[in-house]
Amino acid sequence: MQLALTILMDGLIYASWLFVVALGLTLVFGVLKILNIAHGSLYAIGAYVAASMVTLFASWGLGGHFALIAMLLAAIGVALVMGPLMERYLLRLFYGRDEVVLLLVTYALFLILEDAVKLIWGVNPYYVSEPYQLFGNVAFASLFYVGYDFALIGLAVVCGIAVWFALNRTRSGKVVLAVIFSREMSASMGVNVDKVHMIAFTLGIFLAALGGAFTAPMISVQPGISVSVIIVSFAVIIIGGLGSIEGAAIGAVIVGLARAAAVHLMPEAELFSIYLVMAAVLIFRPEGLFQRAAARKI
Amino acid sequence: MSRTVLVLVAAGLMAALLLIGLALPRWLLFLVTLAASHGIVSVGILVIMRGGLVSFGQGLVFAIGGYAAALSFTQLGITDVIVLILIGTAAAALVGAAVGPLLARYTGIFFGMLTLALSMVAYGVLIKSPAVGGSDGFNIPRGTLFGVRLEGAGGDYALYALAILVTGIAATAVALHTRSARGLMTRAIHGNGLRVEYLGTSVQSVMAINFTIAAALGGLGGALTIVALGHIEPTFAFWTQSGEFVFVAILAGSHSVTAVFIASLALELVRSFSNLYFPNTWQMALGLFLLAIILFLPAGIGSLWAGRRKASPSSGGETP
Amino acid sequence: MAGDTRPVLSARGLAKSFGAVVAAAEVTIEVPAGEKLCLIGSNGAGKTTFVNMVTGYLTPDAGTIELDGETITGLAPRTIARKGICRSFQIPQLCIELTAEENMLVAIAAAEPRGLSFWADPAAGGRDARARELLDRFGIAAMADRPVSEMPGGMRKLLDIAMALARRPRLLLLDEPTSGVSAEEKFPAMDRVMEAVSGQASTIVFVEHDMDIVRGYADRVIAFYSGRVISDGTPDHVLSDAEVKRYVSGGAA
Repeated sequence: MQLALTILMDGLIYASWLFVVALGLTLVFGVLKILNIAHGSLYAIGAYVAASMVTLFASWGLGGHFALIAMLLAAIGVALVMGPLMERYLLRLFYGRDEVVLLLVTYALFLILEDAVKLIWGVNPYYVSEPYQLFGNVAFASLFYVGYDFALIGLAVVCGIAVWFALNRTRSGKVVLAVIFSREMSASMGVNVDKVHMIAFTLGIFLAALGGAFTAPMISVQPGISVSVIIVSFAVIIIGGLGSIEGAAIGAVIVGLARAAAVHLMPEAELFSIYLVMAAVLIFRPEGLFQRAAARKI
Repeated sequence: MSRTVLVLVAAGLMAALLLIGLALPRWLLFLVTLAASHGIVSVGILVIMRGGLVSFGQGLVFAIGGYAAALSFTQLGITDVIVLILIGTAAAALVGAAVGPLLARYTGIFFGMLTLALSMVAYGVLIKSPAVGGSDGFNIPRGTLFGVRLEGAGGDYALYALAILVTGIAATAVALHTRSARGLMTRAIHGNGLRVEYLGTSVQSVMAINFTIAAALGGLGGALTIVALGHIEPTFAFWTQSGEFVFVAILAGSHSVTAVFIASLALELVRSFSNLYFPNTWQMALGLFLLAIILFLPAGIGSLWAGRRKASPSSGGETP
Repeated sequence: MAGDTRPVLSARGLAKSFGAVVAAAEVTIEVPAGEKLCLIGSNGAGKTTFVNMVTGYLTPDAGTIELDGETITGLAPRTIARKGICRSFQIPQLCIELTAEENMLVAIAAAEPRGLSFWADPAAGGRDARARELLDRFGIAAMADRPVSEMPGGMRKLLDIAMALARRPRLLLLDEPTSGVSAEEKFPAMDRVMEAVSGQASTIVFVEHDMDIVRGYADRVIAFYSGRVISDGTPDHVLSDAEVKRYVSGGAA
């Protein structure tokens, strides 16, 4: 029982930030039909910029809760700079090409950003663990948890609801849904598809950077974090169904639980467990749990 | 180019490369051996790519071929490199034949992601398997060829010659396959899979067999690589390794299998020099190069000499 | 064929719905050997649904389909093609990067049991001659070496039909063979198709909107309205039917 609870909590904590990142990935896929391999790099850049910003704020005497503002600003900054830059000046050149070609373009982008990060921040790890202590510890069912972890779950819930609400309950959200449904038809009805693309892509990048910024205090920020994140977020949105918000949430929880269960019961199967779940889902529900099946029709 | 001419040109190319090898320094011999071993894996990707699919998990069959050959050496005491290569090829082909029919049900990104998932499952298992060296892998001593241990400069040349011949023959077979009825059918599936079904052919079965061919070539490449490198580790199955194979296939384009080897050699050369002179930016150089190719030479470098119909990237002829 | 009364195609009680839309209800159609049957009806009346069910793209919710007395209901399109039902498409379904001849070779290779041999030259074994012959029948042999992407729409339409003939099918289904052809060229185009098809396939079901073409080429006509057969008989009989005039030919003809 104790073990089950531990697995459940660890799984949910892991799922929280993973959902934020995967939400961005699935949003970009939904609107632009691009599976962005460089998404993990934006997560990493978010983490690095957050680490630098938190340190900078601290040097100005703005410690404590100001660190949270520093992290949020880092994510916003990364999104506003990188989103329009990547979408407008790179990806747009390749619209209309095969989806596999676009996948390769983002792969190239991933390679470039990996080295760019090393050039800017070097190869040594950064630690900014101060914010991790901000919310103290929480006693929960005879276990102790770091308050920050609960805050992350809260952040994930807020992000999920905000994106769902914006898409389904606002005018501009409906325009985005129309573009998801049919690019051509929306364009013919006077929707500025280019603008929708750029906004959706920037929002996706923001979510990746946000995930990176808020996990920065929990990890050592170093080269290679992008690779593990992109691999796992792919699994999440494939499990949930590409382009589906509910799917990303369920996928993140499944991946989080599978990983936590593996860590506690069979440590050697950590990575294996995530991909086993993904392969199983693909085999039985080719388009993920939240999509209509559309494997080869005949 | 008729089939006979194709085979003759291929034989001529191989003979020329064997002669050139005599004059090459040892480091370059080794580099070309590795480029050929990796190139043949990308030739496998080409076989699938002509049907309109891209596998992001060829690292899986590459690793299976490599581990099968390496374990046959260390556990079973099989030292003959030709036997090791056959074992690696057969092991990967078996796995390909088993998962091929399953994978053939998927199209586009889903095919790519499922192959990626399978290779990452293999990677996850391998890094946590102490029996095969875990994340460090293990070393394999130099093998033998017809009872002679492959050591020193002579051994290096023998491995080079073997790599040229084995990958050359395999690549020629692929070039012939492309020009066969089945190769034409593969291109038709890329063009209009629905119509192919209505004509009475099973798209899935054609693609499953193509995947099996690609798996055999991947296993061949993996076995050749461990024989030359003397080392194997789980990164053989990692997705960045698979990404490199796709990179080479895209760089080469689907016009020509020769272009694949040229692209593979270019990659190895860039990698070696970059590691020496600018170790922290070589991935960036690769990324920029890949973007430039996709943007300015969408049909790959092979289209420079083999693309008779420039307007239609997937329909060009085939040179060996 | 005298004395052999068993139909080539026998569809009984076919039903198909998409949600609330009834695309086929109680559709029973028998096609005797050698007949040229025309299906008419406005868009959405159920003609294409019928063709899609017979060729296996759709599985009927109810009913059976038999080819020469053998049940083929719900089989995959490739299996049904192998058994002898081939079709052409309203919008030509071709491999546009391949040449016209390569498209024909694909169709011919698909039609042969050993046509998918690993090493065999796709053009060997008389396949190239057969491809040229079929292209010639449709008057498109001159375009044989051009990629389909460079062929005009009318020729693509003919190539699409030629590919359906590669198997010498027991039953040939033509989905609007003259759509996209201007009114004055419809008769010559249909003449060409019928002449090219003769000797390759004798039992033909075609979908057509032009009532003059229907009168000129069909032995028998079946009219569809909202998923049902509303009239079945000789062209004169069906085209003078009041219901048919109201729902099908009235406004259009």
